[in-house]
Amino acid sequence: MSFTSDDRSRLGLRESATFDRATIAGIQRAAETGVYDIRGWGAKRALPHFDDLLFLGASMSRYPLEGYREACGTDVVLGGRNAKFPLRLDIPVTIAGMSFGALSGRAKDALGRGASEVGTSTTTGDGGMTPEERGQSKHLVYQYLPSRYGMNPDDLRKADAIEVVLGQGAKPGGGGMLLGQKISERVAGMRTLPQGIDQRSASRHPDWTGPDDLTIKILELREITDWEKPIYVKVGASRTYYDVKLAVHAGADVVVVDGMQGGTAATQDVFIEHVGIPTLAAIPQAVQALQELGVHRKPDGVQLIVSGGIRTGADVAKALALGADAVAIGTAALVALGDNHPRWAAEYEKLGSAAGFYDDYQDGRDPAGISTQDPQLEQRLDPVEGGRRLANYLRVLTMEAQTIARACGKAHVTHLEPEDLVALTIESAAMARVPLAGTGWIPGQGL
Amino acid sequence: MDQVIFDLTQMPLREVNAALHAPGLAGDFLVENPAGAHNLAVGLTSPVNVTVQGHVGYYAAGMNQRASVSILGNAGTGVAENMMSGTVTVRGNASQSAGATAHGGLLVIEGNAAARCGISMKGVDIVVGGNVGHGSAFMAQAGRMVVRGDAGDGLGDSIYEARLYVRGTVASLGADCVAKEMRPEHLEELAALLKSAGFEGDDPAAYTRYGSARTLYHFHAANSY
Ligand SMILES: Cc1cc2nc3c(=O)[nH]c(=O)nc-3n(C[C@H](O)[C@H](O)[C@H](O)COP(=O)(O)O)c2cc1C
Repeated sequence: MSFTSDDRSRLGLRESATFDRATIAGIQRAAETGVYDIRGWGAKRALPHFDDLLFLGASMSRYPLEGYREACGTDVVLGGRNAKFPLRLDIPVTIAGMSFGALSGRAKDALGRGASEVGTSTTTGDGGMTPEERGQSKHLVYQYLPSRYGMNPDDLRKADAIEVVLGQGAKPGGGGMLLGQKISERVAGMRTLPQGIDQRSASRHPDWTGPDDLTIKILELREITDWEKPIYVKVGASRTYYDVKLAVHAGADVVVVDGMQGGTAATQDVFIEHVGIPTLAAIPQAVQALQELGVHRKPDGVQLIVSGGIRTGADVAKALALGADAVAIGTAALVALGDNHPRWAAEYEKLGSAAGFYDDYQDGRDPAGISTQDPQLEQRLDPVEGGRRLANYLRVLTMEAQTIARACGKAHVTHLEPEDLVALTIESAAMARVPLAGTGWIPGQGL
Repeated sequence: MDQVIFDLTQMPLREVNAALHAPGLAGDFLVENPAGAHNLAVGLTSPVNVTVQGHVGYYAAGMNQRASVSILGNAGTGVAENMMSGTVTVRGNASQSAGATAHGGLLVIEGNAAARCGISMKGVDIVVGGNVGHGSAFMAQAGRMVVRGDAGDGLGDSIYEARLYVRGTVASLGADCVAKEMRPEHLEELAALLKSAGFEGDDPAAYTRYGSARTLYHFHAANSY
C-alpha cells in the first residue's frame, strides 16, 4: 500500500531534508549497479533564475508603446565583425546545438522546419551534419567539437556559421556521451565508431589548448571558409568573465554562454547538478567582459547568445535586458516538439518515469520518438507537425518578449536594459546586478 | 605545366590560400619564405601539387582534400589536421597533434613527430620516419599509423579500431591498447604503407602491431569513470 502525503503527516512521518527520497534512491541505485547515474535534461535543483527578476514597465517616467500599432523589432545580426556573410535572424531565439545521434533524424528535421519557418537558426551537434537538417534549415550553425565526429570541410563550407564548442552548461569540462543503444549503423558510420559501443567524446580539443592556440585555430577556420562565416565560441558557464574575454581576444565573432541549467542528452547526474554557475550569474559577467573590451552592442561588436533554462518570452526578455543579443533553447524546443507530452503517459510509466519527469534521453527508448535512434519510435514524430509546433512556440516566445518590451517603452527587444529590471531575492539581485525590488540596493556594489 | 610561385614575403597568406582555393585549380605551386606561417595551404580541394620551401607553423595543409602538399622543413602543431584525402609530406619534424582527427589520405613525417601524433585519427594513414611522442593515437578511431622509431608514453590510449605498427620500443601503452599478432594480412598492409611513404627497404616483420583490447567499449562498474 502507498500513503498519500496526508496519510504521512497524520502518521508523523517526516522526510529528511538531507536524505530525501531522491537521495535515498540514488544511494540504492549506486549500490546496486556500481555505475554512476547518466541522464539527460538539465539541472533539476532550484537555482536563482529569471523567475527571480521582474520588469518595472512604463508609467509616468517612461512611455509604453501601443500593442499592435507601434513596431517593436525582433531581428538580430550575428557575426558581422569579420564574416562576409553574417547571420540575419528575424527573431532573437535560436535553436541550440543538439546532435543527430542524441536526437532522431526526424527530430532534427522538425527543428530545422520550425526554426526556418520563423527565420531563425538551428545548430548541428556532436556527430556531424546530416543532409536532412542542412536541407530543412535556412540558417544552420555547424558545431566544431573536441570529438570532431563527422567533421568534414565540405560541411564546414555548407554551414552558415561555425560554433567552436569548448563546453556546455550541463558539463563544463566534460565531453559528450552517447550510449550504445543509440549508436545505430548510421550514427556509427557518421562518427567512425563501432556500432553499439558506449561512446565518450573527448573533453579537450585534439589540436589546440588555451586561448593563444584558439586564435590560430579560428584563423584556420576563417582561411578554410574564405572569411565568409561568423565564428562562434561556446562555453559552459563557469569562469565566464575570463572565458568571454579570452574568447573575444581569440577572435570570436559571437560568444555563446550556456548556464548550468542547460540541457544535455547524456551526462553524469553529479556533473549536471554540481558543476558550473547559473545562467543568471553568468550573463552579467559576460556582458561586463564585452563592455570592457568595447564590443558589447556595437556595430562591429561581438554578440552574446545566452542559453540554459530559457522557457518563456519573459526569460527571453530578461536575458536580452541583461545584455544578451539572442538566446538559444534546447530542452524547451524538444518539449515543443512533443517531449514529455501527457499522450505518452502510459509509456513513460512503463519506463519507470512519468510525463513531465522523463529525462532518460541517454536511453534511446523515448516514447515521443525524439531522443531515440529506434526506427519504430522515431516514426511517432511527424517532422511537419513537430516543425509547426516549434514554430508556434517560437512565435509565442517572440510575442511575449515584444509584449514586455513595448510595456517598457522599447521599439526593439534588444533595447531592454538592466534598468528595466528588479530582483525578488538578494541572491538574484547580486548575481544579475539589478536592485532588490523596492530598494536601490544591488548587493556587492557600492556601499 | 609551369610551376606557379607564391612568395610569402610578397603576398599575404590570405591571398595565397585564396589562390589555392580557386575552383578547378590544377598544376604545381611553390610557396617560398613561409617563415613559420600558420594555416598555410589549408582547406585545399583540388588535386594540385604544393611544395613549401621552409618551415611552417600550425595547421599546415589542414583539412586537405585531394591535394598533395610537401613541406620541405619542419611543421608546427596539427599538420594535416582533419585531412580527408590527398597526401601531406613533412621533410623534417612535426610538432604535436600531427594528423589529428584526419579521416583519410596519407601523412608522411620523415623526421620525428611530437606528442599526440594521430590523436583521434578517423581513417588517415600516418607514417613517421622517426619517433612519436606521448599520447600518440589517443582515442584513435580508424586508420593506420606506422612508427619506424620509438613511441612515447601512453600509446593508443582508449583506442578504437585504428591499427598501429611500431618498429622500436614503446615507453608504455595507454588504457586498452595491447600488442597484437602480426598476421600475413598485417605484414602485407604494413609493407604497402611503408612503400607508399618511400620506406620500402624496411622489413615489416621487425614491427609490432598494437590495437584495441576493446574492454572499454561498454561502460560497467570498473571502467565508467
Ligand atoms: C538532447 C540534447 C543534446 C545536446 N547536444 C549538444 C551538443 O551536441 N553540443 C552542444 O554544444 N550542446 C548540446 N546540448 C546543449 C544545448 O546546445 C544547449 O546548450 C542547452 O540545451 C541549452 O539549455 P536548455 O536546454 O535549458 O535550453 C544538448 C542538449 C540537449 C537537450
